[in-house]
Amino acid sequence: MPDLGLSVLLKGKNMARLLGGLWVALRISLIAVAISLPLGILLGVLMAGKNRVVKAILRVYLEFIRIMPQMVLLFLGFFGTTRAFGWNISAELAAIIVFTLWGTAEMSDLVRGAIISIPRHQYESSQALGLNKRQTYFYIILPQAARRLIPLSINLITRMIKTTSLVLMIGVVEVLKVAQQIIEANRMTSPNAAFGLYLTVFVLYFLACWPISLLARYLEKKWR
Amino acid sequence: MAVKILAETLLSIRHIAKRFGDNTVLDDLSLDVHKGEVIVVVGPSGCGKSTLLRCINALEPIQAGEILLDGEPIKPDGKNITELRQKVGMVFQSYDLFPHLSVLDNIVLAPRKVQKRAKAEAEAEALTLLERVGLKDKAASYPRELSGGQKQRVAIVRALCMHPEMLLFDEVTAALDPEMVREVLDVILKLATQGRTMLIVTHEMQFARAIADRVIFLDGGNILENTPPEIFFTNPQTERARQFLNMFEFAAVKHHAPAED
Repeated sequence: MPDLGLSVLLKGKNMARLLGGLWVALRISLIAVAISLPLGILLGVLMAGKNRVVKAILRVYLEFIRIMPQMVLLFLGFFGTTRAFGWNISAELAAIIVFTLWGTAEMSDLVRGAIISIPRHQYESSQALGLNKRQTYFYIILPQAARRLIPLSINLITRMIKTTSLVLMIGVVEVLKVAQQIIEANRMTSPNAAFGLYLTVFVLYFLACWPISLLARYLEKKWR
Repeated sequence: MAVKILAETLLSIRHIAKRFGDNTVLDDLSLDVHKGEVIVVVGPSGCGKSTLLRCINALEPIQAGEILLDGEPIKPDGKNITELRQKVGMVFQSYDLFPHLSVLDNIVLAPRKVQKRAKAEAEAEALTLLERVGLKDKAASYPRELSGGQKQRVAIVRALCMHPEMLLFDEVTAALDPEMVREVLDVILKLATQGRTMLIVTHEMQFARAIADRVIFLDGGNILENTPPEIFFTNPQTERARQFLNMFEFAAVKHHAPAED
């Protein structure tokens, strides 16, 4: 049995530090998800609507966010704004802002796609029964769109959680950064620690994302 | 002045025009529908039959003329449009049940949310109506579990449960397999015997002949014939109607007949 370097985990408070790092990553992504899901639904409804000016503005926003690599957005949001506007926000807050902007943009496009995939006949038979526009949206269109959205939005949420591994680049000490620190600190005594630590990080990410996948599968079955 | 007692006029279509861009679909069309009357609308595809029904239910705006239901104008942007739509039940070719709701919820959604009726009362009525079309045991099923004919019967019940004063049927059997056409037509025939006011667009000529009080022949956006079925089917007044009926009879043989679409 080769030395996987797992023993380092048991030294001092290493495991607790790793979990603390995971909590930082989850805090950033879950706050961003909690804001971007409702905001994305709102913007998605607007993007599927008829107002051309609103649609054009949202389109520009979406394309801007989608084309930019997340890393560039993080640098722009943290270093860029500090120099340009003299803001002094913490790296974690900058990360939350960037992830929220990103999640909202992607979510709005998913919602728009789900709404316009509902056949026109559904609107018409609802109106023919006397339901007004708001009732049609609320009782007919959105419930059907939500069912189509589940797998797509779950994918987005797990992507947002995973992408927090980038925020160490702006100095946030999250789980990956903690792992690197532990590896560095034990370079002499446990040269194999890298494997064990990264394996642990892998398992931690898996444990964070797996329940969300389970929830998605449950909802898909229940709402089929 | 002679006083003639006619059934009350329920729907009055006066000189309406419907255009899609430069394409005129309905041109100065007028028609009165009286209470309890069953009118069948026939005509070649593209003649504006479906558009006529969609205009009556304000799913399409009209460019000229007016449509009055109980004397009130029907306009898509009118303030009381949802009230007027409740008086007009419409059944579509593609059933258009709501796939995320059970059969029962499909039926009671509008009665509950639009008419604010009590859940128990609306469901009781829905079940009674379902029983009448032989689908009581399907109340808890979802639309995807039903056959085409069953879906269409549910769609008819859904329209009926709103207590409409008038029913519009837009080629309701056109998407069905032949063996399911009958079960749907039987339901409509039963409605006719109850004295319902109905406007039916169909390609089922035998059915039209059996159910209609009047047959309207529509071509080029105009009403060319407006006669009882006996006259329309045996002795049509216009050449166009004669051609149309002929095309029907020989549709299977005349491969070189000009395709109409």
